Amino acid sequence: MTFRYLPMTDQDKKEMLETIGIETTEDLFQDIPEEVRFKGRLQIEEALSEPQLVKEMGRLAALNKNTKDHASFLGAGVYDHYTPSIVNHMLLRSEFYTAYTPYQPEISQGELQAIFEFQTMICELTGMDVANSSMYDGGTALAEAGLLSAAQTRRKKIVVSKSVHPESRAVLHTYAKGQHLEVVEVDTDNGMTSVDSLRAEVDEETACVIVQYPNFFGQIEPLKEIEEIVHNVKGMFVVSSNPLALGALTPPGKFGADIVVGDAQPFGIAQGFGGPHCGYFAVTTKLMRKVPGRLVGQTVDEDGKRGFVLTLQAREQHIRRDKATSNICSNQALNALAASIAMTALGKQGVKEVAHQNIQKAHYAKKVLEEKGFKIAFTGPFFNEFVIELKCTAKEVNRKLLESGIIGGYDLGLSYSELKNHMLLAVTEMRTKEEIDQLANVLEGLACVQNISH
Amino acid sequence: MRTEHQSLIFELSKPGRVGYSIPELDVPEINVESIIPSDYLRTEEADLPEVSELQIVRHYTALSNRNHGVDSGFYPLGSCTMKYNPKINEDVARFPGFAHIHPLQDEDTVQGAMEMMYRLQTSLAEITGMDEVTLQPAAGAHGEWTGLMMIRAYHEANGDFNRTKVIVPDSAHGTNPASATVAGFESITVKSDERGLVDLEDLKRVVDQDVAALMLTNPNTLGLFEEHILEMAKIVHEAGGKLYYDGANANAILGFARPGDMGFDVVHLNLHKTFTGPHGGGGPGSGPVGVKADLIPFLPKPVLVKEDDLYKFEYDRPQSIGRVKPFYGNFGINVRAFTYIMTMGPDGLHQVSENAVLNANYMMRRLEPHFDLPFTQHCKHEFVLSGRRQKKLGVRTLDIAKRLLDFGYHPPTIYFPLSVEEAIMIEPTETESKETLDEFIEKMIQISKEAEETPELVQEAPHTTVVKRLDEATAARKPILKYTKQV
Ligand SMILES: Cc1ncc(COP(=O)(O)O)c(C=O)c1O
Repeated sequence: MTFRYLPMTDQDKKEMLETIGIETTEDLFQDIPEEVRFKGRLQIEEALSEPQLVKEMGRLAALNKNTKDHASFLGAGVYDHYTPSIVNHMLLRSEFYTAYTPYQPEISQGELQAIFEFQTMICELTGMDVANSSMYDGGTALAEAGLLSAAQTRRKKIVVSKSVHPESRAVLHTYAKGQHLEVVEVDTDNGMTSVDSLRAEVDEETACVIVQYPNFFGQIEPLKEIEEIVHNVKGMFVVSSNPLALGALTPPGKFGADIVVGDAQPFGIAQGFGGPHCGYFAVTTKLMRKVPGRLVGQTVDEDGKRGFVLTLQAREQHIRRDKATSNICSNQALNALAASIAMTALGKQGVKEVAHQNIQKAHYAKKVLEEKGFKIAFTGPFFNEFVIELKCTAKEVNRKLLESGIIGGYDLGLSYSELKNHMLLAVTEMRTKEEIDQLANVLEGLACVQNISH
Repeated sequence: MRTEHQSLIFELSKPGRVGYSIPELDVPEINVESIIPSDYLRTEEADLPEVSELQIVRHYTALSNRNHGVDSGFYPLGSCTMKYNPKINEDVARFPGFAHIHPLQDEDTVQGAMEMMYRLQTSLAEITGMDEVTLQPAAGAHGEWTGLMMIRAYHEANGDFNRTKVIVPDSAHGTNPASATVAGFESITVKSDERGLVDLEDLKRVVDQDVAALMLTNPNTLGLFEEHILEMAKIVHEAGGKLYYDGANANAILGFARPGDMGFDVVHLNLHKTFTGPHGGGGPGSGPVGVKADLIPFLPKPVLVKEDDLYKFEYDRPQSIGRVKPFYGNFGINVRAFTYIMTMGPDGLHQVSENAVLNANYMMRRLEPHFDLPFTQHCKHEFVLSGRRQKKLGVRTLDIAKRLLDFGYHPPTIYFPLSVEEAIMIEPTETESKETLDEFIEKMIQISKEAEETPELVQEAPHTTVVKRLDEATAARKPILKYTKQV
């Protein structure tokens, strides 16, 4: 059988073997000891031709309910947002996606400049001084913010609010274990970090306090009060933020955050069953040399012409090895490019408009659900997500919603034992009034939620 | 490549221009100040660009024209496996049923995605000879850390809390020792011998009761197969340690040897190398980890299982190291890798490695007369030359790399591994034709001649790129890491 990705002909092979001075390619594998030589045939599926492959992968894809064919109210860290058509067109410029890390700056100016622009846009949105070129995702970025804080303060206690994404907290716990750090979770009150509990937990041993803004329940945390508590003990103030929300909300940098992390998925990155997305990591100038991952800097060439290079590499694993600030090497560059293109397309006006539409639509949804007698679990200010109480399981409700072409919200009982039968609903700019009304009507009509008192 | 001045997108911005289109708000508008406290409402706008759609398209097209990818030309970047990234993979990954599904949807609405993941993890287990595979890690380094955390959990479950050391060869990639540190270990270096392989005597010397694991790339970063792998495994296992396989070089051995059969306990693969995930200018990648049976209980949560004909994420894993990433890994890259494996099948993958190794050996023998070759045995999928002969003429490996830019090539990996002076690490991959290899070889030979006859031509290279050599020292000394508007 011949393969379209393998250009070697029998004639090529013959000539190459001659040049090497051997009879068969087997000779090249003689250094693999007999006992470990794999002699069978790999028991994997047989090769498919291109048309067969498209059919089989199409079959698998069709088994999934997607958010193009359904109105989705599912968020919880991953959102259905407007993606300008040009994002995909530009991403498919193969000089971007088939390139490696820009180690040779003279032939990587395109990628380097795009990342420099990404860094700038993340700084603008977060109100921070320095942003890196990306992290794997918001969860690992948050964990690395915890590690950086511990290293910087030489303290071992990380304080994190329970209103931070449960999966990010889980990742933080795993990373912290590796570093022998203690992670303390602070309770919530009305779906927000309990400022009293926080005050009780934070002490001179605290490396950092980590909160999410807007938090996992969609609510806007009181960053001002929290900042005071953590800076009083000279700990680091770490905020995880949905960058789109920062089109409308005061940036964490303005509240004195030392590190701001998050995921740029809302900007032009497909939900894609949870990845690849695009973590970002932004800090104050003071922490510039402690940042994990790659940074792009501006410089000049021999003729004085502006150009861009990877810089401050003395932080990184390929130079510092076991003393590096992080082990990250490959990151999420292509998704940072996607986010840059989307942020550029939205621009100054669009980011604000889209963020405000999210606020308006989510509040409209809350209002119609309230009018239908649903109880809204929390009363704090929120961005594009809020929590409703149900009389039956979210799973049952979601099954019913799906029959009406709706992907329902997140079942909070899965990660908060006290929030059984609570559903987190996300309403982005993509949801029309009609879809929101339909959600409310279908929910109202469900036998299992009907008996909620009006 | 075009050489004119390239504006930053911010420099093209003009108030009032837009590049997007969303519908007018269709719900009754309420005053935001009535719902969000004024301190939390942004007053100063984020200064993002204001540009039209065509300006954006021209801008990114211009940037792409200032970038070199595998589609632009030969990219023999050692250790990175810059093979062709199939176009069909990009199509499949964009199917709405893969691209537009949410990770927290009910499992019965995403069975197709879960089936794909299950079939991929099963294939990777077979290819590596391991018992189970997790697709969660986002890249190679993330896989290393995940694997080491599992090894730690394994030792601790055995009541063994004193294994503080991880051994890495001097030729190891930087992520190996860095991952060891993040996982809470101290890394100890083991020396290579004159043939470029791990020095068994030195290994015996450093292995003791404190060793948690030995991390190894095989073939190693010199492109050489560690022939004594079974003895090494024995030394480490007898001391109670585990063997970790850095799969960055798996392109050499598909269907020829499996880490699981060599005695490795934990393996990561770089799907963005061996299995055609595009590098994307630095990522995203995907770094699945495979383990032997005794490490299965420690796999990160959730574990994807198949029960009857249903796929399920299992969370009840009391000995698990926990989560290493939100959701289930870089799914989109995994879709591409699975599409590739289904394209090649068992015979295709075997041929991949055979051709990759043949290509590398052919290049090595043709270049051997012109450059120093520190290790002369057959190589696997890549080989390392030394530029020390040229260095004596005043031409450094960096200069050779820059000169290659003039001929439209991406240079090989340089100055890695650290154990070789003026290293030039060449990995052609199997997707390149003999004609391409021959043209590149001719240019390398020409450069070796230039080093003797007209060294300044090489020292001053590149001559044809959009920018000349850049001042990296100043970039690091006075960092400018974002655009600031001139007022
Ligand atoms: C030998 C080796 N190990 C590990 C890595 C790290 O992989 P990643 O960049 O996917 O984290 C690389 C990649 O450069 C490598 O070449």
